[in-house]
Amino acid sequence: MDYQSISSNLLYAAFMLYLVATFFLGFTVRDKRQKDKTSKAGVIGIVLTVIGFLSQLGYFITRWIASGHAPVSNMFEFVTFFGMMLVLAFIVLFAIYKIYVLGLFILPLTAIVIGFASVFPTEISPLVPSLKSHWLYIHVTTVSLGEGILAISFGAGLIYLIRQINQSTRSQKTFWLEFIFYTMLSTVAFIGITTTFSAMGYEAEFDLPESDSVEVYTVPALVAPYNAELITEDVMQPIMDIPEWMHGANAGRKFNTFLWSIMGGLVLYGLIRLILRKRIGAAIQPKLQNLKPDLLDEVMYRSVAIGFPVFTLGGLIFAAIWAQEAWDRFWGWDPKEVWALITWFFYAAFLHLRLSRGWHGEKSAWLAVLGFAIIMFNLIFVNLVISGMHSYAE
Amino acid sequence: MVVSNKKKNRLIFRTVVLFVMLGAIVFALVTNLMKDQEKVKEGEIAPNFSLQELNGDKTYVLHDEFKDKGIMLNFWATYCEPCKDEMPHMDELYPKYKEKGVEIIAVSLDSSELIINNFLDDYDFSFPIVHDKRGEVMELYDVFEIPSTFFINKNGEVERIISGPLTLENLDNYLEEIVPDNENS
Amino acid sequence: MNQIKCECGHVNPEGTVLCEACGKPIEKNQHVDGNEGQKTLNMRYEGSARRSKTYNRTIIDKIWIFFSSVKVGVWIIVLTLIASAIGTIYPQEIYIPPGVDPATHYKDEYGITGQIYYQLGLHNLYNSWWYLLLVASLGVSLVICSIDRFVPLRRALKKQRAKRNPVFIRRQRLYGETKDVNKEDIVNVIDQLKKKKYKITEENGHYLAEKGRFSRWGPYVNHIGLIIILIAAMLRALPIMHVEDYVWVREGETKVIPQTDNKYYIENKDFIFEIYDENDETYGEAVKKSGEIIPSNFQTNATIYKVDGEIIPGEEPKLEKVMEDEIRVNEPLKIKDADISLYQASYQLNEFQSMSFKLHLANDPEEKAIGEFTFDMTSPQKEYDLGNGYRIVVDEYYPEFYMNDNGEPASFSKYPKNPAFILFVYGPDIEEYEVNFLGIGTNLNADPNNVYKLSITDFDMQDVTGLTVKRDHTLPLFGLGALIFMIGVVQGMYWHHRRIWIQPNEDGVWIAAHTNKNWYGIKKELEKIVENSKIDMPKDQQELDE
Repeated sequence: MDYQSISSNLLYAAFMLYLVATFFLGFTVRDKRQKDKTSKAGVIGIVLTVIGFLSQLGYFITRWIASGHAPVSNMFEFVTFFGMMLVLAFIVLFAIYKIYVLGLFILPLTAIVIGFASVFPTEISPLVPSLKSHWLYIHVTTVSLGEGILAISFGAGLIYLIRQINQSTRSQKTFWLEFIFYTMLSTVAFIGITTTFSAMGYEAEFDLPESDSVEVYTVPALVAPYNAELITEDVMQPIMDIPEWMHGANAGRKFNTFLWSIMGGLVLYGLIRLILRKRIGAAIQPKLQNLKPDLLDEVMYRSVAIGFPVFTLGGLIFAAIWAQEAWDRFWGWDPKEVWALITWFFYAAFLHLRLSRGWHGEKSAWLAVLGFAIIMFNLIFVNLVISGMHSYAE
Repeated sequence: MVVSNKKKNRLIFRTVVLFVMLGAIVFALVTNLMKDQEKVKEGEIAPNFSLQELNGDKTYVLHDEFKDKGIMLNFWATYCEPCKDEMPHMDELYPKYKEKGVEIIAVSLDSSELIINNFLDDYDFSFPIVHDKRGEVMELYDVFEIPSTFFINKNGEVERIISGPLTLENLDNYLEEIVPDNENS
Repeated sequence: MNQIKCECGHVNPEGTVLCEACGKPIEKNQHVDGNEGQKTLNMRYEGSARRSKTYNRTIIDKIWIFFSSVKVGVWIIVLTLIASAIGTIYPQEIYIPPGVDPATHYKDEYGITGQIYYQLGLHNLYNSWWYLLLVASLGVSLVICSIDRFVPLRRALKKQRAKRNPVFIRRQRLYGETKDVNKEDIVNVIDQLKKKKYKITEENGHYLAEKGRFSRWGPYVNHIGLIIILIAAMLRALPIMHVEDYVWVREGETKVIPQTDNKYYIENKDFIFEIYDENDETYGEAVKKSGEIIPSNFQTNATIYKVDGEIIPGEEPKLEKVMEDEIRVNEPLKIKDADISLYQASYQLNEFQSMSFKLHLANDPEEKAIGEFTFDMTSPQKEYDLGNGYRIVVDEYYPEFYMNDNGEPASFSKYPKNPAFILFVYGPDIEEYEVNFLGIGTNLNADPNNVYKLSITDFDMQDVTGLTVKRDHTLPLFGLGALIFMIGVVQGMYWHHRRIWIQPNEDGVWIAAHTNKNWYGIKKELEKIVENSKIDMPKDQQELDE
């Protein structure tokens, strides 16, 4: 076996281990009777998590050997690495606070992140000249670690919200909490739909007369590119064209996949609601009653306190040093740079609100969720849609 | 008294800090607005250069050649249509102003003498044409778009910089400004 | 102007919330930190008198007070954040294709919203005066907030006494009382505290154990770092601190380096452009899948010269070789003497260096050459002698040929990107001359009566390298600012200021503890400390939202 296949097997193993670990951690919330005792299931869950992390580390190292450069050079590698940093951050914060439930949220999130990564091309890709620098891995790994730690505050914040928000009546708060679940389910739907159709080898080609090019869909077309003609036979006919103002490369395909995802998310969410017969938040809430909200609040704050300097170092300082070497300017208002700055501003505001204005508990928790949304926006949307020099995509 | 002194000191301190910061902001705003400033500014001494006349042996050294004369320095090229449009104006006014002590010197930015000569075969200009072979003078005067014209007075100071084409009327006015004996200039 | 004398005898400045020395809440100021009706005291800034909240007289004071508010500061952060985000909706002007007119580009590419975006000036947002003002006000807020908090906080921490007011002790978040405690237990606890690296001060049997106070200065240190960064950004406007220029050099060409006072020249020996191979063992698959050319290297092999002696620009310089080096992306060339760096920034591969022609009979299907010549773009000649009485005269040469509005041939520029020629053929059997109009791939208007014909037989291309020329003395200052910022955040975020007060009284001992963050940590530590003594673990008096 060559290094590349070893590495993909290790990643697969890590993915499965995270899922199994989640399963075991699930038992910890049921053990209401033995509150203060470390339950066996929890220990097993953590051990599996650590093994999973080591396995993913193995993936990282073997892929590095196979590709000749740090595997953080394209969307697949970068997102996967972010997942790995999420787990690392969880392990670190677990070591401090011993909260099993945190893993119950972070590990599935990691699984979603890795699943999402695998939607992108997984071949080992060459480095263009601007990426050929040691700063590639110094910068990218530090940013990912920082974002991973910051994401823990999202986990803790989410648990806090589920535990604390009044579920007896419908409110804006319950709506947005459900919206968070829905967003995650949409991502799951996206992964499911794209991998299913790509396994089937589905393709539908559109002819774009205006730009004299062809756009290939890998999932059935709900919407077609503006003014395009379907040239593949025996496939689903699109319902409508995308609006004219949607420009950019492959706008039709991206919007189509997006539609599939939000609809798939709705289906999944609907199914879960049907089974639970109540809001997802309301269903989880009773299981979290033995957690101290104070402790959750602290984990949320601590992870921002630890993650913020790491993020600043990687996302702004190392980034600037590298940009100076590669593009002769340390700051160029590239969208990705701007969004790193926005992330930094956001967490700076988070800390100031907390330290000087006394925003604790629920307010802080909502901010932690919003912060994670910004990080994800920068990771996904800016890369895929806005795109600038950092655009890894396609 | 101690208290009011303290208050006074505090006010002075705040005033100083605020004014320092205000100064910094004004500095930042002003420099931000003036970002695209030229290397050669109006009112400054025109930098010296030395270029050979096209098809001639004469070398024009700006600071030696044109002491106490007004100089119009015109940057042009054969591939620049508006340049070619304004050159007949220059030719028309040249004899009149040469008498008044104003020189016109046209700096070609073309790549080779062949091209300039091919162009001059069709025209016959009376003012001297020099060739900036390696682009050094263009760099020196920070010429970005052509035509670009520098009007230099008898003291060697740049009186006026015009980027873009000139009409006959404007050209006449601007040349008048750099006539040496014209004390009003 | 009333100073406040506390019952412990300490005189506090006006606006003090908690007595600097003993911590007793000063009754009339409890609204400032919202302590009324709360079980625990708000400990931020030690309840010191933030000056901003007390004086409000002149316009200077009013401005000062406005910027002194953290609330205002957070608002400025949020506004800057939103403005920055707006700037990423559409590409900024610097990222649109070079040469296009922004006025039409935004409208054509993004429709009506793009046009609005352009007309509001959002295409150049980060250089706009209002964005600059936002960042500047952030700086002002940073300075004033820091001054207004640092000074009183330092004073309060300096003046604090070991013996605290009972109210202060009882209203700490971690507080416990234990009855029937003997001296040994207290000594035991103090020993434990010392082992944990606490600094102990004692006053009449009352103890204060403190550690990590320096972490309280973290925020002010990091703010200093940020201010240095802002100053560095400001200094970039000065040419002595920062210049940026650009130079294109053709292969074989020697050109003056801008911003060196015409003292330094660069020769482009060779420009190297390499791509990844489709058959590459590791990357081949990805290259094939992308279907595009993936570059692996951009490189200029350059020789740097210095002008020997003083010359006037335009004179033929006497050049002395200084260095020879390769310039690659990520590997700029630093010319120390000239105080300048060259960065590989761009390239062009579409220029001609020379073109070869042959003359043959127009009706000869084999196009057998009667004579040949090579036209060198860098030193073209007017006439080429082909021998046997045949010669070619270059009537016109258009380096970048196009047909202008009048239908006449013309050139866009001086760069040989699309050369075209009007060539006259003279020969012993040609009466006057024959005209040939040649462009790339075509003989544009060969006169049907021509006996002879010119054809292009060969050409050489030359690469052009685009280099950025930079001098940046602000970089060390940015580095310093970043370093200080990092020291500041780490100091403030990774260390904690912990204090434990031990107060013996008639029937036992009170223990109170405070930390600026990480309550979990201090609780763990306290548990360890009181473990082997009779003293009870203090209780957390604040349960969040419950």
